[in-house]
Amino acid sequence: MSSQDIPEENLPAEQESAAGEVADERNPFADPGLPPHEPRIQDIDERAAKRSERTVALLFTLSMLAAVGFIASYLAIPVDKSIYVFPLGHVSALNFALGLTLGVALFAIGAGAVHWARTLMSDVEVADERHPIEASPEVKAKVMADFRQGAKESAIGRRKLIRTTMFGALTVVPLSSLFLLGGLGPKPGTKLRHTAWRNGKLLVNMNTNQPMRPSDVAVGSLTFAKPEGLEEHDEEFQNEIAKAALMLVRLEPVDIKDKKELEWSHEGIVAYSKICTHVGCPISLYEQQTHHVLCPCHQSTFDLSDGARVIFGPAGHALPQLRIGVNADGYLEALGDFEEPVGPAFWERG
Amino acid sequence: MSTNPSNESGARREPPAGERVADWADGRLGIYSLAKANMRKIFPDHWSFMLGEVCMYSFIIIILTGVYLTLFFHPSMNEVVYDGSYVPLQGQLMSEAFNSTMHISFEVRGGLLIRQIHHWAALIFLAGMFVHMMRVFFTGAFRKPREVNWLFGFLLFVLGMFTGFTGYSLPDDLLSGTGVRFMEGAILSVPIVGTYISMFLYGGEFPGHDFVARFYSIHILLLPGIMLGLMVAHLILVFYHKHTQFAGPGKTNNNVVGMPLLPVYMAKAGGFFFLVFGVIAAIAAIASINPIWGIGPYRADQVSTGAQPDWYMGFAEGLIRVMPGWEINLWGHTLVLGVFIPLVIFPLVLAAIAVYPFIESWVTGDKREHHILDRPRNAPTRTAFGVAWLTAYLVMLVGGGNDLWATHFHLSINAITWFVRITFFVGPVLAFIITKRICLGLQRRDRDKVLHGRESGIIKRLPHGEFIEVHEPLSQEQLHTLTAHEQYQPAEIGPLVDENGVERKLKGSQKLRAKLSTAYFGEENQIPKPTAEEYKEITSGHGHH
Repeated sequence: MSSQDIPEENLPAEQESAAGEVADERNPFADPGLPPHEPRIQDIDERAAKRSERTVALLFTLSMLAAVGFIASYLAIPVDKSIYVFPLGHVSALNFALGLTLGVALFAIGAGAVHWARTLMSDVEVADERHPIEASPEVKAKVMADFRQGAKESAIGRRKLIRTTMFGALTVVPLSSLFLLGGLGPKPGTKLRHTAWRNGKLLVNMNTNQPMRPSDVAVGSLTFAKPEGLEEHDEEFQNEIAKAALMLVRLEPVDIKDKKELEWSHEGIVAYSKICTHVGCPISLYEQQTHHVLCPCHQSTFDLSDGARVIFGPAGHALPQLRIGVNADGYLEALGDFEEPVGPAFWERG
Repeated sequence: MSTNPSNESGARREPPAGERVADWADGRLGIYSLAKANMRKIFPDHWSFMLGEVCMYSFIIIILTGVYLTLFFHPSMNEVVYDGSYVPLQGQLMSEAFNSTMHISFEVRGGLLIRQIHHWAALIFLAGMFVHMMRVFFTGAFRKPREVNWLFGFLLFVLGMFTGFTGYSLPDDLLSGTGVRFMEGAILSVPIVGTYISMFLYGGEFPGHDFVARFYSIHILLLPGIMLGLMVAHLILVFYHKHTQFAGPGKTNNNVVGMPLLPVYMAKAGGFFFLVFGVIAAIAAIASINPIWGIGPYRADQVSTGAQPDWYMGFAEGLIRVMPGWEINLWGHTLVLGVFIPLVIFPLVLAAIAVYPFIESWVTGDKREHHILDRPRNAPTRTAFGVAWLTAYLVMLVGGGNDLWATHFHLSINAITWFVRITFFVGPVLAFIITKRICLGLQRRDRDKVLHGRESGIIKRLPHGEFIEVHEPLSQEQLHTLTAHEQYQPAEIGPLVDENGVERKLKGSQKLRAKLSTAYFGEENQIPKPTAEEYKEITSGHGHH
């Protein structure tokens, strides 16, 4: 959009009056020009100037002393020494000493330089002329003529075949680099749909690393579990636990409002995915009176007595439940994998 | 030189060593021409012009300390057992990234200090850019010819956010890992390609074995490389355009008034680098930041409460926290609006401030160069827009820390969430209206001051008993400064019918522009500055006020 449709008179007048123009009798607001320079005490009193000089020199000396202190601290203070500093509490002695000496060493250089500039260097204000950024019409005409000449000599406008194929090549060749990026990772496939849980896998207590009997899950407690066979040292432990992490709570069966939840539970013990359905934080706060669990990241809250539906926060759907039972030896086991993907929702989730 | 025969007679005195070095360099680099233009270059003085310097210096500090940290950091996710000197974590499994960060913090002498300087400088860099950007915005320094430099600065801010995010994710601790997981969840919400992007970014499923190494090259090479280029371009343009200045006696749109680079700004700006570095070093000595030993290594099934990103990501965090959990399931697909909408609003809010200069220049239709800064009150609509934008940003920062607000001030998280949801929409509107009223009030005050003088605080009793306050007339300098700003007239759309009574065809954009122009410069939207006639009429009167 050009400015053509705005009449010139609607634009404010060009800034009038260059610096130093004599005040106009008819214009009380005219620019009086740069005010005269007012000397500082250092400009007229050599003793004051000497004082400033000493102050600057003192600051530079302080910087040197602090730097020596830095080196001394580096050499002398043991790296694991802890000291009590009010009001910080116990801090690393080395870090504290190095930081403060370095801080003073640097700050004093800066303070000295600035004090020097402010008190001893000339503070007479000077005006520089500005020049328009735009080129003059003559320069522009010359550039345009040169460009046309160059374009004409290349014959890019006349030999269309060359132009078209060149642009074609420059477009197609970069496409090949896109394919290199394809190696960055595997295709999603159904990876996000499956976890390490299988029918018959025992529920192993995350803390004790032992399989659990129903009697190990007390009313009102929150227990975290992993599938049997998944060990911390496994190569893929992080990837597997990121999906398989499970939380167990025991409710009174009469408190369970959701019919499917009751069916999939065992003696009131229900097992839900620990991974929040919002953006995947592990849920870790349990309010035993209300049977609510809360994700500490974004405060999504789920009601474990009602199919883990969302009762507050930004999560979009309920936590997936794992169907559990007990095996012949009386240990809690999974009766299959989660029936829906755990964790955050995604396009293919459906 | 001795081979030059013409030199023999005049070469009794050898030039000093420094001059000979400069001569050598000039013959190869042309430094004298460069110095002629720049050595005594004039820089105007104002405290707010230091904000950009804070950014530049903290960026340099980040690069210096960052290079040091790379000497010790191992960007690897291989699991190792900790056997370092920090007893509580001994025997724990952790990635090499976390292990080497522990090593930097506990065994490398001065390593903790450099780590803390690096992190503190990053926080200050981002805060500095934010405040610097606001300074440029509210004074209208983004106007022609500086629009491109505004965009460079904006890009620096955005890239700085992502460099910060990839940086604090590197130690692979429980807090930052939670942030990386959050990023995965956000990426998964992208329709159609979300799962692919996630798999490609993490080299498979989250967390995989690759993201630390990938974030490392992004954090230490790709993004800082681009940022360094942008910063150099930013500075070249600052030099080329010359600095802006506030209106004042002797200061016009065609000059720049201040003190020369050599010696004053060399000393002041050079010294300021040391001041910034010194303050950051002292902060790093007394204030611990990101104490990963207290947070522990990342485990995908663990989390701590009160998890917060670094401050500059808090605004995005707020969007994701207060958004209702909308999900639409259709034809076997899921549209995760509860996460995807915040993901889209995040860049849109940033873009709103980035494109503002182009909107304003379209509304004013002004194609001239502007080197005199506006006082915020003299551009009420722009100032109001800026404050409205800030309000939205700050409200979302509150949203991002909703759990901390709840625990520290004993508030209901439900109430905070609803407060943020409503205030995100209502707050900016209120802020806009209030700011505009304040600006207009201040304009009226300036107008009064020019026409009636300064309130002196002296009460005078007139012979007939009336009490008046004596107003002192302003100096010519003050009169000029208070009336130097330009005022636009609203763009008129012209008659809706032409001289033959036929309706003129007006494009929608023309109508919109006329409306916006009225909103900017219409009768109610700026206070006309006093004219010379008004001033003379009042001052030539006989002692009334």
